[in-house]
Amino acid sequence: MYAALWRHLPGPGWVKAVECLALCLVVVAVCFTWVFPAVSPLLPFTDSTVGP
Amino acid sequence: MRLRRVVGWSGEVLVTLGVLLLLFAAWQLWWTDVVADRAQAQIVQTVEDDFAHGTAGPVGDDGIPAAIGKDGAFAVVRIPRFGSDFVRPVIEGTGRPVLALGVGHYVGTAGPGQVGNFAVAGHRTTYGRPFHDVDRLVDGDRVVVETAAEVYVYEVTSREIVRPGDVEVIDPVPGDPAGTPTEALITLTSCHPKYSATQRFVVHGRLVESVPRAQWVPSRWLTPPTEG
Repeated sequence: MYAALWRHLPGPGWVKAVECLALCLVVVAVCFTWVFPAVSPLLPFTDSTVGP
Repeated sequence: MRLRRVVGWSGEVLVTLGVLLLLFAAWQLWWTDVVADRAQAQIVQTVEDDFAHGTAGPVGDDGIPAAIGKDGAFAVVRIPRFGSDFVRPVIEGTGRPVLALGVGHYVGTAGPGQVGNFAVAGHRTTYGRPFHDVDRLVDGDRVVVETAAEVYVYEVTSREIVRPGDVEVIDPVPGDPAGTPTEALITLTSCHPKYSATQRFVVHGRLVESVPRAQWVPSRWLTPPTEG
């Protein structure tokens, strides 16, 4: 999977490395902004209220 | 060769999932605190500016003071046991978005200083964790609720650990759904144990003093208690 990604990225080695880093940052940003806030309410770790 | 490729791919998928789980833990345990601490400090600032300028609206028929700013905070709560600088906004409602912005007031319970039970919920962990140290509160500790007009000083009278469905802890007379309230009480709820939601940590208190804002001397009421 990652080997295939590496092969398909354009440019010489160091450019590929920079591109990988950028892709990682994009994944982290997407997770922090949309994915994790959407998943968190489905998990029971942070409920603080009493209710029926 | 084909098997090798399948194993290689599934290994990479599993490692990726593991990294994403760690990332989620970092987000939940650290990043939500960073974001919420910033947001809550900002709301407190807005509310206190409003208090200082005397621009807050009147108290509603339900005993809840008018909301201040876009996030709807109507008071701030100070708990000297948690530190002399501990201050968090109090916002109407106990939904998830509200609790990320401060301490949430249970809709339908008494307003600050009113006879009945002023019941609030706050996170024990994550999202700024306003009630992280709720288990350190002991009898006699002060919980101070500041509104535009009055400052209400409550003192802790009891603590209990209950199940999440035990709603009678926020009744006007806690534990007595049919009771008629005669006292102004406060109830704090938070999760218990930390990082779990199997139980709720509940602290009850009683109003001991209500001070008009003009006569409020913070140092007199907000000195942190000595470790006991």
